[in-house]
Amino acid sequence: MSLHKLGLVELHKKFTAGEVTATEIVRAYFLRISQVEPKVKAFVTQTKDAAYQQAEELDHKLKVWRKTHPLTGMPLAVKDNICTDSVPTTCSSRMLQHFVPPYDATVVSKLRSQEYILVGKTNLDEFAMGSSTENSAFGPSRNPWNLHCVPGGSSGGSAAAVAAEECAAALGSDTGGSIRQPAAFCGVVGVKPTYGRVSRYGLIAFASSLDQIGPITRSVPDAAFLLQAIAGHDPMDSTSVDRPVPDYMKALQKRDLKNVRIGVPEEFFAEGIDPEVEQAVRAAIGELKQLGAEVKEIRLPRTDAAVAVYYVIATAEASSNLARFDGVKFGFRAKETKDLLELYMKTRQEGFGPEVKRRIMLGTYVLSAGYYDAYYGKAQAVRTLVCQDFDAAFKEVDLIVTPATPTPAFKLGEKSEDPLQMYLSDIFTISVNLAGLPAIALPCGFSKAGLPIGLQLIGRAFEEDMMLRAAHAYEQSTAWHRQRPSIR
Amino acid sequence: MEITQQDVEKVAQLARLALTASEKETFAKQLSQILSHVDQLNQYDTTGIEPTATVMGQVNVFRADIVRPSLPVEKALANAPERESDGFVVPKIIEER
Repeated sequence: MSLHKLGLVELHKKFTAGEVTATEIVRAYFLRISQVEPKVKAFVTQTKDAAYQQAEELDHKLKVWRKTHPLTGMPLAVKDNICTDSVPTTCSSRMLQHFVPPYDATVVSKLRSQEYILVGKTNLDEFAMGSSTENSAFGPSRNPWNLHCVPGGSSGGSAAAVAAEECAAALGSDTGGSIRQPAAFCGVVGVKPTYGRVSRYGLIAFASSLDQIGPITRSVPDAAFLLQAIAGHDPMDSTSVDRPVPDYMKALQKRDLKNVRIGVPEEFFAEGIDPEVEQAVRAAIGELKQLGAEVKEIRLPRTDAAVAVYYVIATAEASSNLARFDGVKFGFRAKETKDLLELYMKTRQEGFGPEVKRRIMLGTYVLSAGYYDAYYGKAQAVRTLVCQDFDAAFKEVDLIVTPATPTPAFKLGEKSEDPLQMYLSDIFTISVNLAGLPAIALPCGFSKAGLPIGLQLIGRAFEEDMMLRAAHAYEQSTAWHRQRPSIR
Repeated sequence: MEITQQDVEKVAQLARLALTASEKETFAKQLSQILSHVDQLNQYDTTGIEPTATVMGQVNVFRADIVRPSLPVEKALANAPERESDGFVVPKIIEER
């Protein structure tokens, strides 16, 4: 069996047992990348030379003393908005095209301390703003299941790379669904952890009250395994929470769902949902019942408001966060400007793409004098109502099950001219970020056209263990996750 | 909510973002469309509801004030678009008399 077909946990077992060397792993993955990457276009930067060198050093060291960590020798990809020391980190933006971070994000230093192998940095919608990777300054990535379709976004490069077996697993970031929506579109598993569970230090900020880093993998155990490595408190991120991290792999040992109450919010099955998606998700809910879960209907009445709340709060925070890109300390600088003001204005005009400009404009507008209370203040108050809906629901149930997206992957170009339609494609994932909850997307079927369909499970804050347990029980009783795309 | 091209120009100035004529036109149209969608938030009564700025509700996370290694000057300047000795070069901001 080719090494690239193995999942992260299986590859780790093989490597730890000494059945395969790091150099063999790197060779297998870069062979795979050379075969499929011209079609999938998942990466902005490949780190082939560094990966080979690191693998050789690792193999040499392990010959002398075989001591490994869970991620030693594991070939992983990292979304290109997560800083990697000495490896370019572009945010798929012209603004940062030549930016080489002087330090590692905390998640990356955690992986590095476990001797992981970086295979490359993956493509995204510029500054993580988008749902298709079409907003990348370096061109879109493709969906491995159908190269005419988008892989989703913004972590579309990470999801496509995992689905196309170009890495054993990847990191993404999720502000409004940017891990879960591409995971659903590409038929892989994506976890958005609780806000504060994983450090955001070194993640190039989009919307600071919503952003969270998480794993994208080919199975639930792989996601648990990678989440374990990156979770935990970090003094460098004052919003990260100082709470013990449970043993996520241990949580997977329970294979049934007895005494687990799962809520189905009818608001998520309203008009606009594709019938094939609804059918697959209803069947998955039936399966959860078979596994012993108590399934009941719940209400999340303010679901309708989530997209509007999100596009006020996220753009407001973005307009403030992106003020740092001024052409002075790092990044792109416009040429031949007559004074400082023109330097700022032209640098930002030439450095940012259309979607980033649109969001900076919207965010600046909702924060501007005269509109602050009507838009930003109002959105923050409705955000409280959205949180209250979840609080009430979680008094009655332990998990909430929904579709991850209203439709399977759409075609390239289909929504790129209509920003509002694009925004509405995140309708099922956004409220989770507003409430800071953990959620997982995992495969639950295929459309007639052969595109993956994703299920979403939402947990209580810091109860990733319960969420992973249920997702794993479902995965074990179905075979969706074993299907792999034939890339053509 | 109807956004005019004048509104767009004002906001672009606040955001320090130069726009072309066609961008101004497009953004006026698109922002109007998006803000009309946002106006649906008015159907929710938020009288007496506390706004949520961050979900975990932490305030004033303190740490000990101790000296730690920080970014060396060379690394901090390595990405500068333009530099001179130990500084960033910017256009002159003080007028000559």
